[in-house]
Amino acid sequence: MLLDILISTLINGSAYALLAVGFSLIFGVARIVNIAHTAFYMLAAYCIYYGTQKLGLEPVLCMLAAVIPVTLIGLLSYRFFIDPIREHEGAVLIATIALAMAIQEIMLLLFTGDFLGVPSLVEGYRLVFGVKIAYQQLLTFGVALVVLLAVWVLLLKTRLGLAIRSTAQDREVANLMGMNESRVAMITMGVSVGLAAFTGAVVAPLAIVNPFMWMHPLIMMMAVVVLGGMGSIKGSFIGAYILGFAEALVVFLIPMGAYLKGSVALSIMILVLLIRPEGLFGIAFEEER
Amino acid sequence: MGLLSFYLRKLYTVFRGEVLVLPSRVIVLLFFLFLLLLPIVTQDPYLLRILILASIFAIFAASWDLLSGFTGQMNFGHALFFGVAAYTAALLNLHARLPPWGSIPLGALAAVLAGLIIGIPCLRLRGTYLALTTLAFPVILSGIVFAIPQVTGGELGLSGLDRLSGSRLTDYYITVSLMLGLGAIMWKITQSNTGLIFHAIREDELAVRTAGINTTRYKLLAFCLSGFFAGISGGLYAHFMRIAGPANLEVTMSFTVVIWAIFGGVVTIYGPIGAVFILFPLLELFHFWPKLRMLMFALVILLILLYMPDGLLPWIRDKIETECPRCKIRNVATRKACRACTAQLD
Repeated sequence: MLLDILISTLINGSAYALLAVGFSLIFGVARIVNIAHTAFYMLAAYCIYYGTQKLGLEPVLCMLAAVIPVTLIGLLSYRFFIDPIREHEGAVLIATIALAMAIQEIMLLLFTGDFLGVPSLVEGYRLVFGVKIAYQQLLTFGVALVVLLAVWVLLLKTRLGLAIRSTAQDREVANLMGMNESRVAMITMGVSVGLAAFTGAVVAPLAIVNPFMWMHPLIMMMAVVVLGGMGSIKGSFIGAYILGFAEALVVFLIPMGAYLKGSVALSIMILVLLIRPEGLFGIAFEEER
Repeated sequence: MGLLSFYLRKLYTVFRGEVLVLPSRVIVLLFFLFLLLLPIVTQDPYLLRILILASIFAIFAASWDLLSGFTGQMNFGHALFFGVAAYTAALLNLHARLPPWGSIPLGALAAVLAGLIIGIPCLRLRGTYLALTTLAFPVILSGIVFAIPQVTGGELGLSGLDRLSGSRLTDYYITVSLMLGLGAIMWKITQSNTGLIFHAIREDELAVRTAGINTTRYKLLAFCLSGFFAGISGGLYAHFMRIAGPANLEVTMSFTVVIWAIFGGVVTIYGPIGAVFILFPLLELFHFWPKLRMLMFALVILLILLYMPDGLLPWIRDKIETECPRCKIRNVATRKACRACTAQLD
């Protein structure tokens, strides 16, 4: 039981952390609340399903290949639907909602609403204290950690990361310092969608693939971002595991828990916000005027 | 007799001077007349049903605008008010046997209470934090709804509520006149001093606080007002569809209202109402291709936004009217000189 909870926490937590980091990246740099973020996650899961089940490709190959078309789709939709109306925050908001709905409906048309499954990348499991741990779960957790580390290196150790961080801090000054603001935004969008796609790719074998699978992660991802503090990667990371742990506890310990898991996790987020309105690791900015 | 004709002539002069001068006001008048006189022409139950639902959702969308458009407190969980009111109305109707005219206002009061409960913690948050936090409340509530099916009916919801009234036509007049009335009240609120403070809070909250205005109180007021109007629409919906289910609390519901309001143009009240009356029948029109329905809906929104990012109705209004540069009064776009101060319009 304890181990079950732990595994569930680590897997869900890592997925939420990856999603939340991508979401807060594009929010920080371009001030875009990208509701379609988890729709790209779903798109990647479908790509893998299509590759492995319909084309019969190697799962590992599919996983890597899924990231590329999804990132391309993300960049194209950014270029054509979001970039022209960047100045209007409300319009961008509903454009991303509409985009998510469109992706959901296209998937519904192409693959119907059936619940689909994706085969594991690696078969087999091992018993630890009488609890089955599939290698796939270990793999998902490991890959998530590696990707998070890569993002951290990208942001803190490279020149591109410096550009992204400075644009997030102050767009105008970054522009004056010779950074091409719109190109930075475009690249960040690519990184962000790529992260979402990667999450979808590693989680797909453990999840049920269906056109509505983007809803729950979307809500949890937003909760993680708020809980951890906007724009703090460390915050997203810790917030994700807190909420993942809360979900796992509720599911395993309370009867009817599967219904209540979202409620309890979100209530925790609201309780934390009551004490610290800027989230766990957020910085309380001076009011923007 | 002379007095009567004097008042009639005065009414006509006011009418000509205040309503007929501006095309937008003429359109609003025609909209009122169209909705109120439509049953004389046709009483097709399907058409009436569409317009009834459009009226209900128009109240809902306008109430979102009152809160999020005017005070800038982005609410992503507006379905909470709708759902709370729908469930309260349903429970009161089923267990206390309260007729619709009692259960709908009480449902709305429950929504006000919900507004207070979520408003108090949320008012410490700003901007995107607020938006993302409010999204959580309907999800929490729907979790609770699923967890206690013996009270809330679980997945199936509560069905078998009383009808709004005996006939489709009476239903139509009840909802349409409520929509027009509440819409006018909301518009009036936004034109009052309170509305001015709402505007100011959105533009610069710090400055409002510096002016000695208790912004928290006004934001809470906005939450309650918006909750009340959204609650009325939720109660109406429950009684018209005769069911209150978890679908009323879904994330989709919260998002749809945001789409309607922003598509129509925020900070206007009439924008969201107009948007619902355009988009809702459009969605019904797409019924001919049931599978493509939502996809086409999403694409229409994406494409229209590219051309009018400020919303549809303000875009149209700017096309047919111009603002006088000197006295800020609005004029028909065809006029050469301002109607009040005769300044040149360009």
